[in-house]
Amino acid sequence: MFPTPIEKTPRAWQLTYQSLLPLALLMWLLPLLAVALFSVKPEADFVGGGYWSLPSYFAGFENYGRVFFDSDMPRYLMNSVLITIPTVIGCVILSSMTGFALGIYKFKSNIWIFFMFVAGNFVPFQILMVPVRDLTLDLGLYNTKTGLVLFHIAFQTGFCTLFMRNFIRALPFPLIEAARVEGVSEWRIFWYVVLPLMKPAIAAMSVLIFTFIWNDYFWAVVLTQGAESQPVTAGITSFNAQYRAAYHLMSAGSIVAALPPVAMFFLMQKHFIAGLTLGAVK
Amino acid sequence: MSTTAMPITEIAPQRSWYKRNEIAVTPWLFLAPGVLFFLFYVIFPIFQSFNLSLYRWDGLGEAQFVGLANYQELSTDRAFETSLWNNLKWLILYLLAIPAGLFIALFLNQTVTGIRLYKSLFFFPFVISQIVVGLVFTWFYDPTFGLLNVMLGWVGLGPINVLGDPTLVTYGIIAAGLWPQTAYCMILYLTGLNAVDPEQIEAGRLDGAKGWKMLWYIIIPQLKPATFIAFVVTIIGALRSFDLISIMTNGGPFGSSRVLSFYMFEKALSEYGFRMGYGAAIAVVLFLIMLFFIAYFLWSMFQEERAR
Repeated sequence: MFPTPIEKTPRAWQLTYQSLLPLALLMWLLPLLAVALFSVKPEADFVGGGYWSLPSYFAGFENYGRVFFDSDMPRYLMNSVLITIPTVIGCVILSSMTGFALGIYKFKSNIWIFFMFVAGNFVPFQILMVPVRDLTLDLGLYNTKTGLVLFHIAFQTGFCTLFMRNFIRALPFPLIEAARVEGVSEWRIFWYVVLPLMKPAIAAMSVLIFTFIWNDYFWAVVLTQGAESQPVTAGITSFNAQYRAAYHLMSAGSIVAALPPVAMFFLMQKHFIAGLTLGAVK
Repeated sequence: MSTTAMPITEIAPQRSWYKRNEIAVTPWLFLAPGVLFFLFYVIFPIFQSFNLSLYRWDGLGEAQFVGLANYQELSTDRAFETSLWNNLKWLILYLLAIPAGLFIALFLNQTVTGIRLYKSLFFFPFVISQIVVGLVFTWFYDPTFGLLNVMLGWVGLGPINVLGDPTLVTYGIIAAGLWPQTAYCMILYLTGLNAVDPEQIEAGRLDGAKGWKMLWYIIIPQLKPATFIAFVVTIIGALRSFDLISIMTNGGPFGSSRVLSFYMFEKALSEYGFRMGYGAAIAVVLFLIMLFFIAYFLWSMFQEERAR
């Protein structure tokens, strides 16, 4: 293990390390802690110029209450859910199929199709912007959640295929050969042999895609407008315009918008990190 | 595979065409929906953008073919030049996330009580939307009440308005972007460090390597896969930077914090009139810069595939 395990170091460094840890964390999360502090301060504190004083009283319920009952925030949140969940489902379906095809079968164009997905996934969004916006307009899906979902599914399929294909490649191939010898048809192999083994990969991918899509801002601005279809990342900007300089409400709103992926991360931490670091070790 | 399939087809010629060609046909059936979708929404639009960059088009009326005029205009466009330089700054400075992430990973790679929670909390900034990161940092830099100036005040330095200063603004936004990106690199390295071969470390120790030497000659070479991924995601992140700029400065002051991705959006969809063709030309330039990296990434992956 590197660096030297702390138990094997001099007592003085052990103590320094133990006190350095919380201090470093505090520094690291300082900007975030500031927002958390803001979100529970009453309005009067800001008017008096006491930005950094402790809250004169705990106004958390009041501030968050206004975010939930006095603004469009709940609608934006709902939109985000209705955009994110179908995207995750769509990606899982499409990419488990493409991943299966590219991971199991050997045919000439295999590697090129795979590279098409990978390359497409690296492309800067801006080169897709005008044509995709046009396409969405032509399909009559501009400013709808469906339009956004369809694009997200298509684009994320690139990353998901890379992910699934690499995972399937690592599965024991004799298993599939054995099934073939038994005369099991190919789609049954997919359904009964490969898919059950893919569960951890699907879980890891779902959390990742959830976070990516929830946090998307660019496409939300390009393909939607207004509270009826915009997700929370785009909504927060109009929320801010509405409550300009109402720092306590803006902070509370930001925290509400940021919370779902954070909750997802803490609940599914193992899968999340497994997904992100796939390929980081040989 | 073929040896098992052959005799079956011979003794059972009455089987359906599908049954006989099952192994050849199945991958295409499985690929079809994903590939079509991807072609439709990602691959074709790339070519459409290339084509569009040769036109003048406001998004509504008839597009007018202008040849390379858009590119000619780009070559004299000062705002484009600023954006290009800023993109370069992003590319170079964003890479600092890699050593920074490695540093934090080394700091946290211990087994003291509660370290798991520490690791998760250090990773925290990556999970949060860039929009929220942008807001948080806008307040952090705020000249009247921002924490940065409060802290500068303690050491007797005057207030600086990071986001209002054309020379500082891009660096300020990059610093905000480095926060989540460092967290990402950190988690990659933590996983990498977990898999470092303990025997090699022991062997190194016996040979008297420690500290920097150990890190440089024994640890870092073993972290190569993690470094590669960190490099890929950081480069892509740097060239995609849009959210932070949009939320923190909206390109300002005086357009000094624009990058290509933002400038393109502004030209194509701003309230000053839609210039789709010109926007597409900017996107093409951005794409070509990216293509250079994509080619390198694919080449590395190809080498690895062949090695298997």
